Amino acid sequence: MSGTAAVPALRVQRLHKSFGRTEVLRGIDLTVAEHEVVALIGASGSGKSTLLRCINLLEEIDGGRIFVGSEEITARGADVDRHRQRIGIVFQTFNLFPHMSVLANVTLGPRKVLGLSRGDAERRADELLDRFGLVEKRQDHPDRLSGGQQQRVAIVRALAMRPDLLLLDEITSALDPELVAEVLDVVRELAQGGMTMILATHEMGFARDVADRICFLDEGVILEQGPPDQLLRSPQQERTQRFLQRVIAAGRL
Amino acid sequence: MSGAADAESGKGEAADGPGPDADGHRPGVLIRRPRRGDPVVAVSVAVASTVLFFGAIAWAVVTAPDFPRVQRAFLNGPLFEESLPEVVRAFQTNIKLFLIAEVLVLFFGLVLAVMRSLPGPVFFPLRLLAVAYTDLLRGLPGILVIFLLGFGVPGLNIEGVPNDPFFWAVVALTMIYAAYVSEVYRAGIESVHPSQEAAARSLGLRRSQALRYVILPQAVRRIVPPLLNDFLGLQKDTVLVSFIGVVEIFRASQIKQAGNFNFTPYLATALVFIVVTVPLARLTDYLVTRSRRGQARGGFR
Repeated sequence: MSGTAAVPALRVQRLHKSFGRTEVLRGIDLTVAEHEVVALIGASGSGKSTLLRCINLLEEIDGGRIFVGSEEITARGADVDRHRQRIGIVFQTFNLFPHMSVLANVTLGPRKVLGLSRGDAERRADELLDRFGLVEKRQDHPDRLSGGQQQRVAIVRALAMRPDLLLLDEITSALDPELVAEVLDVVRELAQGGMTMILATHEMGFARDVADRICFLDEGVILEQGPPDQLLRSPQQERTQRFLQRVIAAGRL
Repeated sequence: MSGAADAESGKGEAADGPGPDADGHRPGVLIRRPRRGDPVVAVSVAVASTVLFFGAIAWAVVTAPDFPRVQRAFLNGPLFEESLPEVVRAFQTNIKLFLIAEVLVLFFGLVLAVMRSLPGPVFFPLRLLAVAYTDLLRGLPGILVIFLLGFGVPGLNIEGVPNDPFFWAVVALTMIYAAYVSEVYRAGIESVHPSQEAAARSLGLRRSQALRYVILPQAVRRIVPPLLNDFLGLQKDTVLVSFIGVVEIFRASQIKQAGNFNFTPYLATALVFIVVTVPLARLTDYLVTRSRRGQARGGFR
């Protein structure tokens, strides 16, 4: 897409991950180009969240390699904390820090990890909060915010670190239906701005709108992938077809 | 106010609720109203039952066959007046003891809790040490620890080691209560959901930073009530150090008792403790109720 597209933003090779005896990821290969938006779809338990958590090194992997840019973040002795700075993640349950104001939530990373002064960090935070219509909430604590507002703050918190890659883990699944749109609008804006993103989602319509590519995960492998129209309209694999039929039956596409 | 609201809603229910049954009761509504609806009735019943209950106990004590003897031994008015200022003066030593010990306990308790939560095989010896320490110190009767330290260590006559009983009293109380308080800290740390650490680490914070800025601030808020409970115990246990020669309130009342062949000074001491500990117990209860309400609301600040 751009001149530096030669080095992908992310490369995942033969990734394996087990919890106890359950093998959740069974050899994932995934390459994401810079500015690309990839949607992960699949049934609950297919490994979408685990894959995202592995990419952010929140789970120790059992096999395979992960590269961000040209650096292998799963190399022995790699500086895990430094790599995490470059990869933002937004969780299904927001996970804002309840004892801190919105502003403190957003400035914690930039101040303590990037070493920004309080003034610089707050300027950066206010800019982002303003952009997403949250600036009047800056002094509020998370429990005073709606779910949609909390999730937008969580996105801003991740963006304040200026990550190269943003992971979104079913970020609308815990929201009341009427609050989903405001969060998806933020993601759409980020996609238009060229943010490289991987999103696990159950919102098929949204995935079709915003993603450059959709990957269907099934039992710990990427069974099928392709451009949204192709994958959603004419899936090749039988299991993909069955999954999409269930989604359509549930009225989510 | 809520009583009035209850009565109000009770009326509403009664008006359009189901009609009376065969016995003339309306199901649910009328049975509840007289009990919760009328505050005057509730208060009168409470007062009457309290007076009756404690009156009966007092009567049983006062009419006991040997009450006059006990009265002479424990309830000597002039001696009470004489000993109260003396035991209050001695209580200053207890205050000094528990204030110093509480600060040290807060610090060492946290150190132990953090030691015990260190991850990875490298830190196994530290974890083992922390576990052994808390098990041992919680397993021993406090008075034994105080005796062993207060008489044992100075008895070794090691150069430079203080033999001041007050010093060893502080050390012993700190060691005992740090073990309890470290468990309180640990419970607090573990009560913070792992997703909070994940969120902090995902920003690139180191484990120690996540602990300091995200986990401990939330943990500490939740452990204030159990912490105060342990401090209550510590404050009462300051009397135990009288046995290694610290002149504090219990020792002072003992001296006074021995000089007068009368137990009234102990009553004065009991009064002093009650004045200090009961408000703290009430505060602890209040904080527990408040934090429970806060959690039910879904927030905690």
